[in-house]
Amino acid sequence: MARKNAWLDLAIPVLAIVFALLISVALIAIIGKDPATALSALWKASFGSRRNIGQLLMQSTPLILTGLSVAVAFRCGLFNIGGEGQIMMAQLVAAVVGYSLNLPGFLHLPLAIVAGILAGGVWGAIPGFLKARLGVHEVINTIMLNWIAFRFTYWIVNAHLRIETLPRTPEVLETARLSPILPPSQLTTGLFLALLAAAIIYVFLWRTRMGYELRAVGHNPFAAEYGGINVARQTVLAMTIAGGLAGLAGVIQTLGVQRSFFAPSVMPGYGFTGIAVALLGRNHPVGVVLAALLFGFLEQGAPAMQVSAGVPKAVIFIVQALVIFLVAADGIIRSVLSGRKRKEVTTP
Amino acid sequence: MIPQWELTTANLLAATLRYTTPLILGALAGLFSERSGIINIAIEGIMLIGAFFAVVGTFFATEAGLGALAPWVGLLTAIVAGIAVALIHGAVSIRYKANQVVSGVAINTLATGLTAFLLAAIFGKPGQSPEVMPIPQVDLTATVPFKYLFFWLDYIPVLRVSLGGPLTPFIYIALALVAICWWVLFRTPTGLRIRSVGEHPKAADTVGVKVASTRYLGVALSGALGGIAGASLSIGLLSGFSENMTSGRGFIALAAMIFGKWNPVGALLASLLFGLSEAGGGLAQALGLGGVIPTEFILMAPYVLTMLALAGFVGRATPPSALGVPYEKGQR
Repeated sequence: MARKNAWLDLAIPVLAIVFALLISVALIAIIGKDPATALSALWKASFGSRRNIGQLLMQSTPLILTGLSVAVAFRCGLFNIGGEGQIMMAQLVAAVVGYSLNLPGFLHLPLAIVAGILAGGVWGAIPGFLKARLGVHEVINTIMLNWIAFRFTYWIVNAHLRIETLPRTPEVLETARLSPILPPSQLTTGLFLALLAAAIIYVFLWRTRMGYELRAVGHNPFAAEYGGINVARQTVLAMTIAGGLAGLAGVIQTLGVQRSFFAPSVMPGYGFTGIAVALLGRNHPVGVVLAALLFGFLEQGAPAMQVSAGVPKAVIFIVQALVIFLVAADGIIRSVLSGRKRKEVTTP
Repeated sequence: MIPQWELTTANLLAATLRYTTPLILGALAGLFSERSGIINIAIEGIMLIGAFFAVVGTFFATEAGLGALAPWVGLLTAIVAGIAVALIHGAVSIRYKANQVVSGVAINTLATGLTAFLLAAIFGKPGQSPEVMPIPQVDLTATVPFKYLFFWLDYIPVLRVSLGGPLTPFIYIALALVAICWWVLFRTPTGLRIRSVGEHPKAADTVGVKVASTRYLGVALSGALGGIAGASLSIGLLSGFSENMTSGRGFIALAAMIFGKWNPVGALLASLLFGLSEAGGGLAQALGLGGVIPTEFILMAPYVLTMLALAGFVGRATPPSALGVPYEKGQR
């Protein structure tokens, strides 16, 4: 095997983001805006003050989780594009538990969190089950469920759950809120939950038997089945875990930042960003955390770039897409680096 | 006079045809790519790009004083843009042998970002483009020579009302393309080559079919059709571009392709079914069900139906055998 190219494997995500940013800077220049202003605004938005750093971490927290969600599914050979729907369903359930029960804090908060995770897990289990039992490709199903969740949560908040004229659930009670940790930013203890989840996923995937089986299915489902692993069960398990992780991302936003669930007029968005995060992080918890910080940095900075340099916020989608391309087709980076000598992927 | 229920049915039929049009075009797009062996979940993104560039093309053609020709320029722009984007997917999948689903997701993300980015950069107004001239509606059944073909419509009032009024030409383009695509795929040597590299590229290679170029062709055709699908939305059914206007239709089109067993005629029937579910909203209103079934559930119907269709049908749907497997020359 090409061991000497191991450094390249680690360098590819870094190079991917560098190239993606370079191309985006070029795009900014092409539409007539000043890249220098844009980049300086981008930097200041995350590092310009203590509050900004807190906001950066607040933005990155859900991305850690949605990145983990996509990564765990990828490790089983599955594509979880349903993060958006899993987030919305989890937020709905967490908010309802958060405002409708009267329990002491040490019970209420964990209950709301667990309820949200379970809701996300169920929303992920549905396509997992359909794939395991009926072989339906999870890509279309997860996307359909995104739209179904979007419409459903919108309806249920507007038609049944709101009590004022605003289209949102009643406020989550004090006993079910996540505490802020870096005022005046919106960062909460949710950050620790996310990091804990990353650690748990690492242990699960590489130090437990079930995690091993999950990864085996991802490498080669036929060999795994031959070796006695229940592929169908691992499929459902992987999608359920993925759904739960994405759900937790939503739960943290609802119980920590927004304190209420708003009937969605647009999809959350960080479910999709999780895909780029997972790919950039090479589907490994450590990589995912780092990639989440990077994308949090971009998300935090995009509105600032728009305000101060007139760069449309949508540029971060372009960066995401470029990163996905460059990582997935790593041959592109390799051939650029070695002067187009290596073109084909060689298989042993 | 025409009884109320007939009028309602006629409107439902017309609405169904309108909603089906982007779906059938999207399904045909997916078909060519997948028949050649390249998974293409980027139809949604290609449609969005097509919709956007159709408006861009029409807008600048109008500014340049081309008048009635403008929307056709827009259509051409959409086709070119669709091909360009599809070729990115093709290059990443064929030359760099990346995971085709991932590449598709990337294209969809790129499309969302690029269209919003350029929308703001070119037109200034966020979220919505200025109104442009759509492709003018025609009443094909009243014009020669089709007038004589459709004489029997007069005997069926329901169809006369629904098909006999001005309709967007994209409906006819879509129906014609179904026939053309079927013929190309199953009755021409090119179609045979496309199908062969999708089923057994190694065998095709040994008899001299260039696998890579044929797959690029399949993907390019996919892009062209996807571009037309997008144009049918922005300069056919509507007259402008709004952010994310495709709303998941590209994925429903893919489901129609699967449901239709990767066959143009099957895809047409499946698309009609999905189009009907979208049009059902209008029917529910007409029947006064607006209060009983909430709007959101009606809006949900196409997505639920897609899931049910795929779940119920998948066992009997076999994709092209080499779908999604990058071709390596010389490998056993």
